[in-house]
Amino acid sequence: MLAFLLRRLASLIVTVWLASIAVFAVLQLVPGDPALLMLGVNAQPDTLAALRGQMGLDQPVLTRYLHWAGDLARGDLGVSLTYARPVAELVAERLAVTLPLALLSLILSTVAALPLGLLAAARRGRGGDWAVLGFAQLGVSMPSFWIAILLILLFSLTLHWFPAGGFPGWGGGVGPALHALLLPALALAVPEAAILARVTRTAVLDTLGEDHVRTARAKGVGRMAVLLRHALPNALIPVATVLGLQISFLVAGAVVVENVFTLPGLGRLLYQAIGQRDLIVVQGVVVLLALFVVVVNALVDIACALADPRPKGGES
Amino acid sequence: MRRKLPLSLRFGAALTLLLVAMALLSLLWTPYPAEQVRVVARLRPPDADHWLGTDHFGRDVLSMIMVGARNSLAVGAAAVGLGLLAGVPLGLLAAALGRWGDEAVARLGDLVFAFPAVLTAILLTAALGAGAINVVVALALFNAAVLARVTRGAALAVWRRPFVGAALALGRGPLSATLVHVLPNIAGIVVVQATILFAVAIVNEAALSYLGLGIQPPSPSWGKMLGDAQTHLFNSPLQAVFPGVAIALSVMGLTMLGDGLRDWLDPRHRSSGVL
Repeated sequence: MLAFLLRRLASLIVTVWLASIAVFAVLQLVPGDPALLMLGVNAQPDTLAALRGQMGLDQPVLTRYLHWAGDLARGDLGVSLTYARPVAELVAERLAVTLPLALLSLILSTVAALPLGLLAAARRGRGGDWAVLGFAQLGVSMPSFWIAILLILLFSLTLHWFPAGGFPGWGGGVGPALHALLLPALALAVPEAAILARVTRTAVLDTLGEDHVRTARAKGVGRMAVLLRHALPNALIPVATVLGLQISFLVAGAVVVENVFTLPGLGRLLYQAIGQRDLIVVQGVVVLLALFVVVVNALVDIACALADPRPKGGES
Repeated sequence: MRRKLPLSLRFGAALTLLLVAMALLSLLWTPYPAEQVRVVARLRPPDADHWLGTDHFGRDVLSMIMVGARNSLAVGAAAVGLGLLAGVPLGLLAAALGRWGDEAVARLGDLVFAFPAVLTAILLTAALGAGAINVVVALALFNAAVLARVTRGAALAVWRRPFVGAALALGRGPLSATLVHVLPNIAGIVVVQATILFAVAIVNEAALSYLGLGIQPPSPSWGKMLGDAQTHLFNSPLQAVFPGVAIALSVMGLTMLGDGLRDWLDPRHRSSGVL
C-alpha cells in the first residue's frame, strides 16, 4: 500500500508540473506582444512598459516560467490587469460561489443516483428499470447549459419560484444564497446523476452475481437487506471512481452554467477575463482548475485503493 | 446464424442517419437562407411559413438548425478524426514498446484529463482568439488522449494472445504484427469509443459556441442559437427549445449507436443503455 501511495504521489507531482508547463506554454502562443494584446493599440508606452515588466516579457522564456512557477508554488498568481488586485484574492472570493455550487451538485446527483441505480438493479428488466434507464439516456444526452435554460424557463419565468440569475452573497444568510444556487446545481446534477445511476445499476448487478451475495441469500437474508448491506457497499468503489472522473466534467460544466445564471464564480471570472484580455487571470484560474482536477482524481484513486481490499498493482 | 442487431444500435443509427441527412440536405436546400435577416419577421412563433419560427433577427430557425447540424458534424468529425490520427498510433506504439511507452501514454493521459476540453478551448481562445479551429484542436487533444488509452489497453490484450506470439515466432516484425494482427482486432473497440467521443464533441462545441468561443456568427451553431434565445426567453421561449432538442437527439443517437455497436461486436458485454 505504501508503494502504491508513493507511486501515486510521484505521478501527481509529475502531472502538476506538466500541467503548469502546458498552461504557461499555451499562453506563449499569443501572436505578437502579449502586453499590447491586453492593453490595446491605444495604450501609453509607459503603461505598456510597466506591464511588460510585470509579466517579465523582457526575460527569456525559461526564466519567466521558473519565476511564474515559483510564484504559483507560493500561492501568488500575479495581479489582475482589469481588477488591479491579486488574482489569488479574486479566486478566493469567487470560490465562495463555485465550491458550494460544485458540492451542492455533487450531493444532489449522488442522492438521486444511488437510489435510482439500486431501484433499477432491484427491478431489472421491469418498469422501474426501464424508467431509470430512460432517465439516464435522456440525462446524458442533454447538455447542462440547456437544462439550465429550461429550468430558468420553468422555475423562474413561469412559476417564479427561483431567481433567473445572480447571487446575493453569503452575507444575507445561507437561505437566500442556497436558493440562488439550487437551479444551477440542479442543471449540473442531472447529467451527473444520469451517468452515476447507470454506473450504480451496473455495479450493483455485478455484485449481486458474486458468491458472498448468493451465500447471504441462501442463508435467508431478505432481498432489501442484501441490496443495502451487501450489494450497495461493494458497488460504491466503482461509483466513487466514476464520481472522481466526473469532477473534470463538473468543472467544465460549472464554467458554462455559471455564465447561464450570471453567477460570480470562477467560471464567470474566467469568461470575463477572456473578454477583457486579462491573460494573467486566465492563466491563474485555468492552472488552478487543472490542479484541482488532478488532485481530486488522485484523492479518489487513493480513497478507492484504501477501500478496496484486493492487492494493488500496475498503473492506477 | 445472423445475429440480430441490438435495438439501441438500430435506433441510434436511425437518429444519426437523420442528423447526417439533415446536414447533407442543408448543402443543397434549406427553407430559407440560414443567414438571411428579416427584422420585420423577428421572433415569430412556429407557423406555416416558418415551421420552427424565427429568431431575434427574423432568421428561419429550421434553416439555422439544418446548417447548425452541418457545423456540429464538421467540428465533431474533425475533432474525432484528428483524435484517431494521433491517438491510435500512439496507443499502438505504447502497447508495442512496453513499459516506457505505457508510462508515457499514461502520463500524457493524466495531463490531458487535467484540462477538460472546455478549459483547453478557453485557454487557446485567450491566446489565439475565438473560433472553430481552437475548439477542434481542444477537442482533438482530449480525444487523442482517450483514444490512445483505449487503443493501448485493447492492443495489450491482443499482444498477449497466442496468434500474435506465433506470428512473431514466424518472423513478423513488431510493426507488421501491429498492422496485420493487432489493429484489425481492436478496430471495433476504437470505432465504438470514437462514436461516443463524437457525441461528447457535439456537446462541447455547443457549450463553447454558447459562450461565444466556438463557431462564430453569422454561421449558425446550435449552442449560439441557445445563447441568443436565452436573451429572448420571455418573448419567445420555444427558440430555447428547438436547438436543445437537436443537440439532445444527436447526442442520444450517437451514444446509442456506440452502445449498440459495443453490444453487437461483443455480445458478452451487456450494455446498461436504455434499449
